Amino acid sequence: MTSSATGAAAPSRARGDWLRSRLRNIAPFATLIVLVALFSVLSPSFPTLDNLANILQQISVTGIIAVGLTFVILCAEIDLSVASVGNAVGIVVAFFTLQDSSVNIANIPLPGIVAIVIALAASVLFGLATAFGMTVIGIPSFIMTLAMLQIGAGVCAMLVRGQIAYNVPPLIATLGNGSIGPVPWIVIVAALVLLAGHVVLTYTRFGRYVYMTGGNREAAEFSGINTRAIIAAVMVISAVCSGLAGMLGVAHFGSAQQDEFDTYLLDSISAVVVGGTSLFGGQGGIGNTIVGLFVLGVLNNGLDHIRIDSFLKILIRGVILLLALIVNVYAQRMRTRAATTPTAV
Amino acid sequence: MDRPPLLELVGIRKSFGGVAALTDVDFTLCRGEVHGLVGENGAGKSTLMKIIAGVHGEYHGTMRIAGEVMRFRSAGDAKAAGIGMVHQELSIVRDLSVAENVLLGVQPLNRFGLVDYPTMYRIAGEQLHRLGIDVDPRLPAGDLPLGLQQLVEIARVLFSGARIIILDEPTSALSPPEVERLFGLLHRLRDEGHSLVFISHFLDDILRVSDTVTIFRNGRRIETAPVPQIDKHWIIERMIGAGHEELEESYTGEIFLDSKPQAPVVLAAQGLSSAGSFADVSLDVRAGEVLGIYGFMGSGQLELARALFGKLALDAGSVRIGGVVAHLRNTAAARRAGIAFVPESRRAMLFHMEPVYKNISISILERISWLWVRPEAEREIAARHVKSLQIRPPLVDRPLGTLSGGNQQKVALAKWLTYLPKVLLLSEPTRGMDVGAKDDVLKIIKSLRAEGIGVVVVSAEPETVLSLADRILVMKRGRIAQEFSGEVVSKDRLLAAA
Repeated sequence: MTSSATGAAAPSRARGDWLRSRLRNIAPFATLIVLVALFSVLSPSFPTLDNLANILQQISVTGIIAVGLTFVILCAEIDLSVASVGNAVGIVVAFFTLQDSSVNIANIPLPGIVAIVIALAASVLFGLATAFGMTVIGIPSFIMTLAMLQIGAGVCAMLVRGQIAYNVPPLIATLGNGSIGPVPWIVIVAALVLLAGHVVLTYTRFGRYVYMTGGNREAAEFSGINTRAIIAAVMVISAVCSGLAGMLGVAHFGSAQQDEFDTYLLDSISAVVVGGTSLFGGQGGIGNTIVGLFVLGVLNNGLDHIRIDSFLKILIRGVILLLALIVNVYAQRMRTRAATTPTAV
Repeated sequence: MDRPPLLELVGIRKSFGGVAALTDVDFTLCRGEVHGLVGENGAGKSTLMKIIAGVHGEYHGTMRIAGEVMRFRSAGDAKAAGIGMVHQELSIVRDLSVAENVLLGVQPLNRFGLVDYPTMYRIAGEQLHRLGIDVDPRLPAGDLPLGLQQLVEIARVLFSGARIIILDEPTSALSPPEVERLFGLLHRLRDEGHSLVFISHFLDDILRVSDTVTIFRNGRRIETAPVPQIDKHWIIERMIGAGHEELEESYTGEIFLDSKPQAPVVLAAQGLSSAGSFADVSLDVRAGEVLGIYGFMGSGQLELARALFGKLALDAGSVRIGGVVAHLRNTAAARRAGIAFVPESRRAMLFHMEPVYKNISISILERISWLWVRPEAEREIAARHVKSLQIRPPLVDRPLGTLSGGNQQKVALAKWLTYLPKVLLLSEPTRGMDVGAKDDVLKIIKSLRAEGIGVVVVSAEPETVLSLADRILVMKRGRIAQEFSGEVVSKDRLLAAA
């Protein structure tokens, strides 16, 4: 501890350190509060329960994707294929469901549960392919998942051939579009997936390995952790989350077609990063992702309420993302400094 | 001697933060000579060479080149004055051609201001041919074997107009024929009138290539002598210091190695090879024994330790742990087989942002939790180690980065202490530590030996190996050169074997 001579200054310095080390968590939360306050003042239709329900629904699909992505980014990797894989898996589940005669797709109707199992298997397959490319062949995640993005888009194109499918298995239709009482199922599913992600990351040995692998991969390896297996696992988790989001999304929108999910790639990455999870790995978590989701959800929804030029909206989102990245980099730097300043004994 | 002095340094003094690195050093390099420079790590050779090469501008004393007083402010100044340096880590640009490397920064341009490739290949080819280096200037430099890359780098230094060339440990990574070729080139350059400084730990090489040898110890020039009059033992005596004048922690006496031939073998390695690092290494480690592996930097011992922990792939050979064949596919497999490893760099071993307890529990997490982590159990285990190893401050929730270096090293050891491994590999366990922390770490290692663990200590510092080992292997250019066991061994014998 510090010596008695500096004792008087110690508490305020300690508080400064605490604030600095928490900047990663505080900044996104402060952003959220500012945005909510701003939109509430600018538009009376914004701060209502109905609108909260809207926001929750709007962020549900993004939220499910963002859970998997949080695992990936905590490992200091990236997954650019999330939206594309989600789209493909959503189309797969529709492809194996009986469609109306008006739909001109050479599909293969199967019992609902079989279609769901096939779709989930497809998402696992996508994840395994990514994992293989990264850990066995050694392709960087950025490039590997860029290729998988194309492959996912290719699968979509091959299956629907420019057409649109509408039907999905009843279970998926309920989860994606139904509600229990006033609460939409999709919101419940998203909440459960977020909760599961949080539990795995915080309370399991695997979760600890994810943080350690992202924090210092070499040290993790020197501690006898099979970091390649951890990385492979997070890529599969990400693909499965994307697949689930894709199936529910298709049900939610009421159609399965190509290029339907394109905006979700940027939205989900933004949510994770805006929430304060470090792009350098090892810092952050699902709690951050939830805050990030709300920042993005409130921003998208709020900009609609104040009837802003829709072209300007795109620009504003970009600026917010940039600001979040700046905070992310600064928070990393400050935390590193706080954690590596030796204290006199 | 008929050789006139080219570079003269008089009364050089240099200190870093109050610690003297060089004290009143005089050094003379003559025209047309190869001048060998020897001394232990930290003896001052590198500091002196950095002053000559313009890296350190602040020093006391005078430097003259060809009689003219010079004071370099930057490496660029030194280069302009005709001083070239070839470092142990080559600065070859691997993706550029040999010719581009030789003419780096001075590529000929055509009248459009673009690189004139035909001319460049011709000039580089002539330069290489003149030096007797037989290599196609169009080849990517990275495709050449290391020995040729080094010659290409020397060609570049010469092409940039160097009269004085400083070579730092040039032979450590070379095969015997490559060493021959290098020496041929150095003698040729000497006969053409260039002056060369040859820094090396390999005394055989020093004696073969040099005309004059200067010995450094503790920042002082101890002696300079022409080669035909001296031999290896004469040099070693002066490197170490014959008497006991310096009463530091450095090991100067002799120890008796006491091996334990009756204890069971815990690690048996047979014919281990890894391309470019080490070849045909076989060794046994017995329970309750510390095996020291000593070698100069780049002799392959660090890589050997990594390979035994599954971090570096083996090309050949087998490893048995406690009699069972171990497949060291990755570090997780090595850990499960009962091997623990503390690398030479603490940064590569620890999580600086995470609290101390997570750093300690990480390698034993599998044993204390199957699915759910148990932070309370982890804290309790960590607190036990923090207490028994006297880690300061004794707070397990403190981020690791706030601890001092010695305490961090204790945390690195603590990782492996909860469930004792069969074999503990330690790479440079006391490097860069103050005396107190060093003693603590030595004590911990000795107590582990007493528990019946087979300990392997790998180091390029003879003191580290001598103060710990029951048996010593000396590695030289990736192979085991000699084994010391059940006999009296001293630092000079180790140095002579390496």
